[in-house]
Amino acid sequence: MADVHLPPTLPSLYADLPRRLEIDAGTVDEVIDRLEERWPGLRDRLCESGPALRTHINVYVDRERAGLDTALEPGSRVDVIAAISGG
Amino acid sequence: MPARVTVLVGTRKGCFLLESDADRRDWSMRGPFCDGWPIYHAIHDPATGAFYAAAASEWHGAGVWRSADGGESWTMSSEGLSYENGDLKLSKVSGLTAAHGRLLAGAESAGVFESRDEGATWSLLSTLDGQPGRDEWNDPANQPPGHLGMPATLPHPDDPARFWAIVQGFGIFETTDDGGSWTPRNRGLRADWPLDNPEVGYCVHKLVMSPVETDRLYQQNHVGMHRSDDAGQTWVEITEGLPTEFGFAAAAHPHDRDTFYVVPLDPGHGRCMPDGRAAVWRTQDAGSTWQRLDQGLPQRDAHLGVLREGMAIDALDVPGVYFGTSTGQVFASADEGETWSEIASYLPAISSVEVAVTS
Repeated sequence: MADVHLPPTLPSLYADLPRRLEIDAGTVDEVIDRLEERWPGLRDRLCESGPALRTHINVYVDRERAGLDTALEPGSRVDVIAAISGG
Repeated sequence: MPARVTVLVGTRKGCFLLESDADRRDWSMRGPFCDGWPIYHAIHDPATGAFYAAAASEWHGAGVWRSADGGESWTMSSEGLSYENGDLKLSKVSGLTAAHGRLLAGAESAGVFESRDEGATWSLLSTLDGQPGRDEWNDPANQPPGHLGMPATLPHPDDPARFWAIVQGFGIFETTDDGGSWTPRNRGLRADWPLDNPEVGYCVHKLVMSPVETDRLYQQNHVGMHRSDDAGQTWVEITEGLPTEFGFAAAAHPHDRDTFYVVPLDPGHGRCMPDGRAAVWRTQDAGSTWQRLDQGLPQRDAHLGVLREGMAIDALDVPGVYFGTSTGQVFASADEGETWSEIASYLPAISSVEVAVTS
C-alpha cells in the first residue's frame, strides 16, 4: 500500500476525500486511477490530456520527483503537491 | 411576491452574490464561493434558477461550478470539457449562456461546448473547423496574455439551433444549424490593421442583443462601437460622441431597442476610465448621440477598468444597471444609470457581473 498525501486544494472538491490515505497501486498513474474510481473527476484535477500531470501539479515518490509511470514499492510515500505559485 | 435582485460577481478569487429587493437600495453580500477558484463568468439560468460559474484553476484545470440552492452549496464538473484532438488543449471556460434547456460554454482553445443536464456533463459542439482564421487562432505562438479563445456565445432567444460566437481577435461567427456550419458576421467593422481576409480579423470584445428586437445587435470592439439592424449581417459604426473608441463592457436596455450602455476606456496599456473620472455612457437613439452618466461615481483619482463581462442590466420596469471593476468595486444604479452608488468596495479583481431578478 502506498501512503498518499494530497494537496489542501482537493478535499473541498470531493465529499469525504481525505488529505492522506493508503492506496494499493503499482505506479503513480494507478494511484490516480484508484482515486478517480472513488471520486469521479479527480483525475482531471491532476492530469491533462496526453495523459500528463498538469503543469503546476508535482508528484514525489519517496521524496524523488516522479511522473505518471513511476513505480511504487510497498509502503512508498506519494506526495501530490500543488506548485507554489499564484498570488 | 416581492422581487429579489441578485448580482452575481465573478472574481479572481471566487464568486460573490450581492442581494437586494426591488428597491435596490440596501445590499448584502455572500461569498466567496467556488472554493476561491478564478471565475471568468458567473450566470443565472432563469429557467431552472441555478447559478453557474465558469472557472479555471492554475493547478487543477477548468470546470463549471453549479449551485441549485441559491448559492448555499456548489459543485464543480469538468466531465466532457476537453478536446479529443490532441492539438487543442482546454485551459479555461471563458463564458457561459443558458437558453432552450441547455448551457453553452465558450472555451480556450476556441470551441463551444454544450450541457443538457444542468452542467453535470458537457460535450463538444464545434471548434469552427474550416472557418477563415481557424488555423491562426489556435496557433500557440499567436496567443496573447490572458487569451480567452471563445470568450462568449449569444443564443437566439427563439431558435435553439441559432447562435453567435466570438473568437477573440477574429470576430463573430453565426451558426443556424447548432454548430454544424458557420458564417463570419463582421461586414462593416473597422480594423486599424492589415487583414489577409476582410471577413475575419476583428477584435470583438462584447456582443449584445436587444431583448425587444432580436435583429438589433450592438458590439464594443477594440476600435469602436457598432450597431447591426440585421442580426449581424452588416454593421455600422456608432463611436462618434464617445470619449474613446475602446472599451470592453456593454449592456442593452431590456425595454428599449435604441438604448444601450458602454464603459469607454483609455485604449493604451492602462485601459482605465479616462482622466481618473468614472462614467458609464448611454445612447437612447441607437448610437446617434451619447450621454455621460456619472452622478454618484468617483470623479477624481478613480482609475477603474471594467472587463468584457463586467456590466449587466436587470429587467425591472425601471431597469437597474451594474458594473464591477478590475479593482474590486461594484457600482449600481436603480434608475437606468442616472444615479449610482457603490455596493461593494473590496472584492478581488472582478471578471464578470450578471444580474438575476427572482420572486
